[in-house]
Amino acid sequence: MNDWNASKLSRRIFALAGLAATAALVGCGKKEEPPAPAAQAPAAAPAPAPEPLKAAWIYIGPVGDAGWSFAHDQGRKAVEAEMGDKVKTTFVEKVSYADGERVIRDLASQGNKVIFATSFGYMDAMLKVAGEFPDVKFEHATGYKMAANMNVYDARFYHDAYVSGIIAGGMTKTNTLGFVASFPIPEVLRNINAFTLGAQSVNPKIRTRVVWVNTWFDPEKEGAAAQELINKGADVLLQNTDSTAVLQTAEKNGKYAFGWDSDMSSYAPKAHLASNIVDWSPYYKKTIKSLMDNSWKGEQRTIWGKPEGANDVIKIADFVPAELKTKAETAMDGIKTGSLEVFTGPIVGSDGKERLAKDTKADQAWKDKVDFYVKGVEGKLPSDKK
Amino acid sequence: MNETALLINTALASGTTLALAALGLLINERAGVLNLGAEGMMLVAAVAGFATALLTGSDTLGFVAAAAAGAALAAVFGLLVIFLNTNQYATGLALSLFGYGFSAFVGVSMVGKSLSPRQQYAMPVLSDLPFVGPAFFSHHAMVYVAMALTAAVAWFFYRTRAGLLLRAIGENPEPAHALGYPVRLIRLAAVCAGGALCGLAGAYVSLVTAPLWVEGLTAGRGWIALALTVFATWRPARALLGAYLFGGVTVLQLSLQAEGVQISSHLLTMLPYVATIVVLAVISRNAAFIRLNMPASLGRPFRPGS
Repeated sequence: MNDWNASKLSRRIFALAGLAATAALVGCGKKEEPPAPAAQAPAAAPAPAPEPLKAAWIYIGPVGDAGWSFAHDQGRKAVEAEMGDKVKTTFVEKVSYADGERVIRDLASQGNKVIFATSFGYMDAMLKVAGEFPDVKFEHATGYKMAANMNVYDARFYHDAYVSGIIAGGMTKTNTLGFVASFPIPEVLRNINAFTLGAQSVNPKIRTRVVWVNTWFDPEKEGAAAQELINKGADVLLQNTDSTAVLQTAEKNGKYAFGWDSDMSSYAPKAHLASNIVDWSPYYKKTIKSLMDNSWKGEQRTIWGKPEGANDVIKIADFVPAELKTKAETAMDGIKTGSLEVFTGPIVGSDGKERLAKDTKADQAWKDKVDFYVKGVEGKLPSDKK
Repeated sequence: MNETALLINTALASGTTLALAALGLLINERAGVLNLGAEGMMLVAAVAGFATALLTGSDTLGFVAAAAAGAALAAVFGLLVIFLNTNQYATGLALSLFGYGFSAFVGVSMVGKSLSPRQQYAMPVLSDLPFVGPAFFSHHAMVYVAMALTAAVAWFFYRTRAGLLLRAIGENPEPAHALGYPVRLIRLAAVCAGGALCGLAGAYVSLVTAPLWVEGLTAGRGWIALALTVFATWRPARALLGAYLFGGVTVLQLSLQAEGVQISSHLLTMLPYVATIVVLAVISRNAAFIRLNMPASLGRPFRPGS
């Protein structure tokens, strides 16, 4: 069980790394193939049948996990669908962190121009291989280490969580929301806080209860956590774990919940309020195109969210009142156009301390190290010193 | 008060997976066969049960298919270790790894499929009783099946001639062989029965507690069930209690968090494992106790005529 937890955590970690790796891969095309990208460039399409650009993806899970790796593979397929025979994509699934370096090196030596490693834990392996293959570009998802031929990419899941919070705040009858959380890392804390802030924007009385399951994936445990939250009065739940168990537990109890990472509406027709999804394809397409016209640059960190089409809240249930739906959609539009920043001061921590001054918009550095609950979230963080 | 009842409810529900699997493993081990393949059998059975329930719309058929799948896999294991005398540890580990991969392979098309919405379970009249209603009478039928099976296995072990024979073979197969009993066939039957119960445990996860299929669904519960058999010193009733204890501690830590109790969730997550280790350490202090209870020929192959 612990192994599972560890592997899931590392999967995410690797996913982050993967993004960077992808970027890196994009950066360093194989030396025999530089003309191929050029063929894509408008001006100098030289010979007949240019060599397709080879791109590779590494997944921590199986592509059939209906969650994280599945979403990345959808992005890969979108690239293939749009670029046709100008690209040749391959993927390797279920690559453990221990095998990461070997697989990345294999892919680099097989003539791939760009390699996307889609979990945080691949980070150091990818950085190492990037040093050995300066002509290959490496793109690593969710990590933070970069190089001349290695980029990092990520998504803004808290955009979705905020919009879901608005819906949750309007639908709750007990003013108590529940969150089934995986690990106390900034990404997850951003989601818990954004969910709570969104709900408070329509209902100031909102309290959020959090249960940490310390795993990305354990359907039975996730379901039990959801049940406990419901037993304690929570009637709208969100999770950032991988299975549909939370949603199904809500359905069984006649409560509400959301889908996470992919469209989960079919799992719980009565409980499903909306699905929070991530779409990696805009970034993958952009990266491949930048390789084709030689505009790829290394040392870049790209975090896309709602404005770039990377995150979205879809399938808002028909039974959500029209007025509430409009509020959620207005917020979505605001996030999309940039007029609404989820983390805008004053933001007060659950300890009463001000974390962001009035009318200040949080910058990336602030978001990178969120280590507190906002006011309204109950309990203490697992990492807090007593 | 009502919250306590709900806590008991979830503890029983989540302990049932372990109870079924541990009971199955206990039957094998009482006959002298150690099957480390529990996790693999549970996974294959989970996907078989899920697929059957999806196609037929019947959970009952799903459980039947899962038990059959578990027993079939156990039979392969049994043929290898009982008749070909392969090493039980290595073969069991191989079965676990095989089951993991095989279930993922055949289950690819099942990922993302959903069964008909699950109902809230409740017994008529009894579930309306205050406290005991929500705590004990609002469960899926398998929870009661697990309890009944535990009683049945205990009765079989200690009150029937066949049970005595099974335990005797687990202690020392030679005399049973000398008396003309088909030792290896009896062991095979015990292994298949164990596989069927592990199968029910797997399907309980994929049909009841987390009604879905994804790779690795059982998340290591087969291994915990193996530890539970030692924890229970190979006695059915203790295995059931141990399973509920484990389920209870797991749920309790989630419940404390939902309550807002300020204890490190990492510490709480360790609790069930700490509890297991403490109990194991306590019972292992008395070497005679362990020796008296542990089937003496556990893990040893039997070669008739050697």
